[in-house]
Amino acid sequence: MTRPILEAKGLHVAFNGVKAADDVSIAIHDGEFLAIIGPNGSGKTTLLNICTGYIRPRSGRVLLDGHDITRLSPRAIARRGVARAFQIPQLFSTQRVIDNMMLALAATDGLWSAVRPLESPARRDEAKALLDLVGLAGDADRISSTLPEGHRKLLDIAVALALKPRLLLLDEPTSGVSALERFPLMEALMSALRQRGITALFVEHDMDVVARYASRVLVWNAGNIMAQGRPDEVFSNAQVRQRVVGVA
Amino acid sequence: MRTIFATLAVLILAVLPVAAPWLQFVLTLAIAKGFAALGVAVLLRAGLISIGHAMFFAASAYGVAFLARAGIHDFGLLLILSVLAGALVGAVAGSFLVRYRAIFFAMLNLAVSMVFYALCAKLYSVTGGTDGMPVPVPAVFGIVFAEPVFKNVLFYLSLGLMVLVGVSVQRYLNSPLGHALSAVHTNEIRLEYLGIPVWAVLLIAYVISAALAGLGGAIAGFAIGRVVPDFAFWTASGHLVLIAVLGGIGGVPGAFIGALFLELLHSAAVTVTDSWNLIVGITLIVVIMFMPQGVYGLFARREVSSL
Ligand SMILES: Nc1ncnc2c1ncn2[C@@H]1O[C@H](COP(=O)(O)OP(=O)(O)O)[C@@H](O)[C@H]1O
Ligand SMILES: [Mg+2]
Repeated sequence: MTRPILEAKGLHVAFNGVKAADDVSIAIHDGEFLAIIGPNGSGKTTLLNICTGYIRPRSGRVLLDGHDITRLSPRAIARRGVARAFQIPQLFSTQRVIDNMMLALAATDGLWSAVRPLESPARRDEAKALLDLVGLAGDADRISSTLPEGHRKLLDIAVALALKPRLLLLDEPTSGVSALERFPLMEALMSALRQRGITALFVEHDMDVVARYASRVLVWNAGNIMAQGRPDEVFSNAQVRQRVVGVA
Repeated sequence: MRTIFATLAVLILAVLPVAAPWLQFVLTLAIAKGFAALGVAVLLRAGLISIGHAMFFAASAYGVAFLARAGIHDFGLLLILSVLAGALVGAVAGSFLVRYRAIFFAMLNLAVSMVFYALCAKLYSVTGGTDGMPVPVPAVFGIVFAEPVFKNVLFYLSLGLMVLVGVSVQRYLNSPLGHALSAVHTNEIRLEYLGIPVWAVLLIAYVISAALAGLGGAIAGFAIGRVVPDFAFWTASGHLVLIAVLGGIGGVPGAFIGALFLELLHSAAVTVTDSWNLIVGITLIVVIMFMPQGVYGLFARREVSSL
């Protein structure tokens, strides 16, 4: 196997005595689409928080391309090509949908202009193309706070894609997205990831989505990795079926 | 359409002092305060209220006085150097103030400006204490005018600067940096995750806002012919916030409309009553309750909300 893009080694995190990560080690390799499944409150979001520098583990290390990023800020890690979409969308809610996108695009290629407008025809086209990808093309000029929750999630994902990351971390990308829009979104996302050569890690609750799209699944439970492997292997594991998937 | 409105407004301002000469001083001062209020409004975009911007207003005004004392008499040079001085004070103060938010930011700005005020008032041998310092009539493009003529020239130069600087600030607000500034207000976490350094975005805004306040102070110094510590007093800072809110934080013209409105109201009010503060208070209540977009909001096209 190739060297992992992202590697976490021996992570320990506890909140008020509750262990959110208890000696966790994971690795994500180039081209993977790694799913993390597990019950609510088992520490999945916390793992993303650690990998992006939002919180520091009590012990353990996070490596990006072999370099230690454990103590870097979210900003520094973002600049190294790691983008994140959030479980609760993090948007500039008073700004238009398209402005959210264009600011993300500008963050990678032209933030420091104080005289050229944010909106240029080229940047607008690029933003539109990404909005089109997630199915929000018609909402470009709306104020983003007026979007329904599911569409706010889509925008959050599009913003992360706009950063042209090498590694994309998605926290429950399909939650809040209607069942009808779920598979079209995943299809579009997968083709975008493949086209752009983006590796991704996603936390997901919809087992159909996981079974269909994940290249590997990691089962998280109470701060620990309970099982991992190909979707079919993991889903046939009796313990996983009982504790996580919720079928006997 | 907006450009036509703005052009018309500037033209009306330009001819007003011809019709009513006493207005010239009032209008010059209004424009000066408009610059400073615009500085406050820039920071309001990020949700930050500074109750200390009179410090930069005063810093540049003192800058002019000191430079004139040091033998510089060219108007342009005095203006540029004093605004740079204001910006420099802004860079120093801003580099630690932009780490704070909300009430802490407001109060720390107030505190720093009060220290500045106290220094201006107490250092008698340097600043002339509460007597202040004179701002002599400078040479404009090498020509030394008689004082009344200079005040006239100053008014028209200020008016020109208002348009020039106003357009520049609007460009800044429309730029990626300007959008990032508003984004600080709505979601700092997302900004960080975009890889955008929030502190740098804020520091740039802070320096720009200090420079704007400084420009206003320098013009006020020239118009009044003297600078006193009261330029930096906290009530002056509060006044600037008032103008910014009155004008509405929506657009650049708001700050100037707010300043004109208040200055004209002031000169009208003092001739008929001594309850100036009562009038200001009531005006502010009315504006905040019924015109959340400020006075400028009456003229600005309403955003089509799509709920
Ligand atoms: N910042 C925090 N402070 C205190 N407790 C937290 C914090 N973040 C997460 N937790 C706790 O850690 C546990 C794991 O949370 P989380 O990572 O959000 O789980 P998941 O994403 O798997 O639902 C939960 O018990 C949660 O309450
Ligand atoms: Mg979670």
